[in-house]
Amino acid sequence: MEIWRWAFIGILFLAAFVVKIEAFKLGRSQPTERISGSAGDVLEDDPVGRLKVFVYELPSKYNKKILQKDPRCLNHMFAAEIYMHRFLLSSPVRTLNPEEADWFYTPIYTTCDLTPNGLPLPFKSPRMMRSAIQLISSNWPYWNRTEGADHFFLVPHDFGACFHYQEEKAIERGILPLLQRATLVQTFGQRNHVCLKEGSITIPPYAPPQKMQTHLIPAKTPRSIFVYFRGLFYDVGNDPEGGYYARGARAAVWENFKDNPLFDISTEHPTTYYEDMQRAVFCLCPLGWAPWSPRLVEAVIFGCIPVIIADDIVLPFADAIPWEEIGVFVNEKDVPNLDTILTSIPPEVILRKQRLLANPSMKQAMLFPQPAQPGDAFHQVLNGLARKLPHDKSAYLKHGERVLNWTAGPIGDLKPW
Amino acid sequence: MKLSVLQQSYLNRRSNSFRSSGPLDSSSDSAIKSPAAIFWLVLHGLCCLISLVLGFRFSRLVFFFLFSTSSTNFYTSPFRSTAELAKTLDVRSVLSTNPVSNIELPLLNKTAMNSRVVVGRHGIRIRPWPHPNPIEVMKAHRIIERVQKEQRFQFGVKDPRRVIVVTPTYVRTFQALHLTGVMHSLMLVPYDLVWIVVEAGGVSNETASLIAKSGVKTIHVGFNQRMPNSWDERSKLESKMRLRALRIVREKKLDGIVMFADDSNMHSMELFDEIQNVKWFGAVSVGILVNAANTDETADQKKDEEENARMPVQGPACNASNMLAGWHTFNTLPFAGKSAVYIDDRATVLPRKLEWSGFVLNSRLLWKDGGDKPEWIRDIDMLDGDIDSPLGLVKDPSVVEPLGSCGRQVLLWWLRVEARADSKFPPRWIIDPPLEITIPSKRTPWPDAPPEFPANEKPVIGIQEPIVKHTTKTRTSRSKHRSKRKHETRTDTQVSTRHSEQN
Repeated sequence: MEIWRWAFIGILFLAAFVVKIEAFKLGRSQPTERISGSAGDVLEDDPVGRLKVFVYELPSKYNKKILQKDPRCLNHMFAAEIYMHRFLLSSPVRTLNPEEADWFYTPIYTTCDLTPNGLPLPFKSPRMMRSAIQLISSNWPYWNRTEGADHFFLVPHDFGACFHYQEEKAIERGILPLLQRATLVQTFGQRNHVCLKEGSITIPPYAPPQKMQTHLIPAKTPRSIFVYFRGLFYDVGNDPEGGYYARGARAAVWENFKDNPLFDISTEHPTTYYEDMQRAVFCLCPLGWAPWSPRLVEAVIFGCIPVIIADDIVLPFADAIPWEEIGVFVNEKDVPNLDTILTSIPPEVILRKQRLLANPSMKQAMLFPQPAQPGDAFHQVLNGLARKLPHDKSAYLKHGERVLNWTAGPIGDLKPW
Repeated sequence: MKLSVLQQSYLNRRSNSFRSSGPLDSSSDSAIKSPAAIFWLVLHGLCCLISLVLGFRFSRLVFFFLFSTSSTNFYTSPFRSTAELAKTLDVRSVLSTNPVSNIELPLLNKTAMNSRVVVGRHGIRIRPWPHPNPIEVMKAHRIIERVQKEQRFQFGVKDPRRVIVVTPTYVRTFQALHLTGVMHSLMLVPYDLVWIVVEAGGVSNETASLIAKSGVKTIHVGFNQRMPNSWDERSKLESKMRLRALRIVREKKLDGIVMFADDSNMHSMELFDEIQNVKWFGAVSVGILVNAANTDETADQKKDEEENARMPVQGPACNASNMLAGWHTFNTLPFAGKSAVYIDDRATVLPRKLEWSGFVLNSRLLWKDGGDKPEWIRDIDMLDGDIDSPLGLVKDPSVVEPLGSCGRQVLLWWLRVEARADSKFPPRWIIDPPLEITIPSKRTPWPDAPPEFPANEKPVIGIQEPIVKHTTKTRTSRSKHRSKRKHETRTDTQVSTRHSEQN
């Protein structure tokens, strides 16, 4: 009997060994790997049937007329607000009956007031938002029912609903008081920051999908650049001495690695920017004036491991995508040792990150394609909203209860728009 | 470009804010300035005045130290400029006294406590030696190699077969030049390699020492015939040598893909990837680099230029449905009668109709026993006479597979360049024993330093000893030397004073 028992255990070990080898081999030969974040394996979830969204009918001065005045809004990195509106209008999650809706969407384009150079000015945005909310609260009863707790707004500007591009001023203003209970969908994300509300959904900035598709190169082109970056290190116009822009991190990258052959970094604008990213192993995504950047989206699409240098940043869809396993996070104070940090990553880890990046659902989740495709950023936003359901009991106010202070905020905001 | 928008955006954003949005901005902010803000403004003005008087920047850091209430985290690492952390405090103190809504205040305190990110000016951290570290560079290269190996594994050729390279060669001046080129190309090939080098005139140490540095598996075979001096004869002999190599493949039953790499050709790395796609017998396009010799008549020259504007290509020609339809060969008519006959002629060297190097074959075609060999291949041992190109091995030329996207990609280049027949070169390109005569060069870029010889009364022999070795030749060279120097003194009066005394 003893012999049989030992033989049985021996066979078990052998089987386990063989199975592990097979699994190892299988894992190695697969070019992609499944992605599951803290919320689970949710990238490919289908939001249809899990939530219903009602789209308010606002007068066109809030959306269409603004777009007509400046069609450049369709191409800049804040264009997500426009495309989300278009997506929701024709999506199966839309419902025309507000009584059965779980979420309410207000189509207002707050980031479309552009300077001649294409830069959005946020000075009128608080007033515009305020006037829109006044409109929906007086024409429909649903705002007052919850004071906005089941409403969501897209605010893709630099510091979200703080509506300013300068961080100090944005912190000063804080989030618009009227949006205090609503869910914000924004590109900005930094932990413990005034402008990141609890429960916000972080989305990637808009990057034109067709443009990136046309610059794809064959996948067997060997990756020969170690670290790649193109962009400013010093913002000479606004911060000539350095130290404010990017909290000194970009300048530190330049000063420490400008003569390093492994770091292909410069301020040039090459025509082969996308192609070069596909030939690089690591792509730097340091913060600028705001911590987020379209470089993250570009790096993910082109399979280049993003090196994120932005303390406390919250990356898009952080509960669905496990960014720590995909990108490399470097503290701003560790920038002088960036080469040591990157070369000390074991090759198996690098290959795993590349496999995760090669996953098509990962790439799809970062894009806003027109027309919408399953698994893209629009669907991830809806998934995020669906995960917040059902609404908490505190969302629904008792009759006559008022939480919002309609006269809060700077006096300039109270002027009608 | 998105980048330019980004760059310009932040560039102009600030200037915009100063220019146009000033009144707007202040209107959206609190209209009533709090006393703290006024205090700090006055302090700022005071500091500016003091700086003006003193002549250097008077930091408000002093006041920060005096009035600091909340704990901030200091940056203790080396700084590039003095950090004005007082600015940080500015923001916070202003905010704490501003009459903003109650909701924001607790959030603000959270910002001060939990976040390690501080708004304001930061130092630019530079490490003590901001230059590449060679160990890190090597590690990075190893990472890149591993990544590329994985890429090749995923997207490259699956199950690569061994490459059998056949090279005919012989000892001559340019052999080192050509063979080293081929050798380095073969060393870069990522697949298993066997290099069969057939040498005319028997195995020699020259060739053996050259190919020993390759690090690939080599089979060095001698062919008992000297290489003749005319191009025609040479290519005939090379064909025989290649057949000899194919017999070796048959004898040893080598398994893989046979390709012909002539020692003066240039191969691209894509060639080796492309030939892995061959099933039995393939053909690639060869670019012919023909050196058009200088002709006297200008009319001929112009025609030559037109001809040479497009590089002639030898290889398979396909029809619209990507099937083999024929062959592109080199047009020899413009060079009729003007081509080189002997190896050291200065005229143009012409290729054969179809060069061997443009063909690849599966080594199983050469094996003796039937197996799964197709029946259109001729047996090497049954050949009567010699064949001009591998097409002589197939009975039906339509079975040839065109490679390199049907011959559109030129994957290797043919070139024949040889030195004069009487050119000499040191064996193995090693100068041994070292050269005996060293003559200082007459024209040096630096001005002639006065020679470090002692007093002029010393005899000539003693002075010139350090320059010239003690051999029988010395005397004659010295006399030549002297005469040369005599010439020099006539021309160069400045130098001549000392030299003439020596003489």
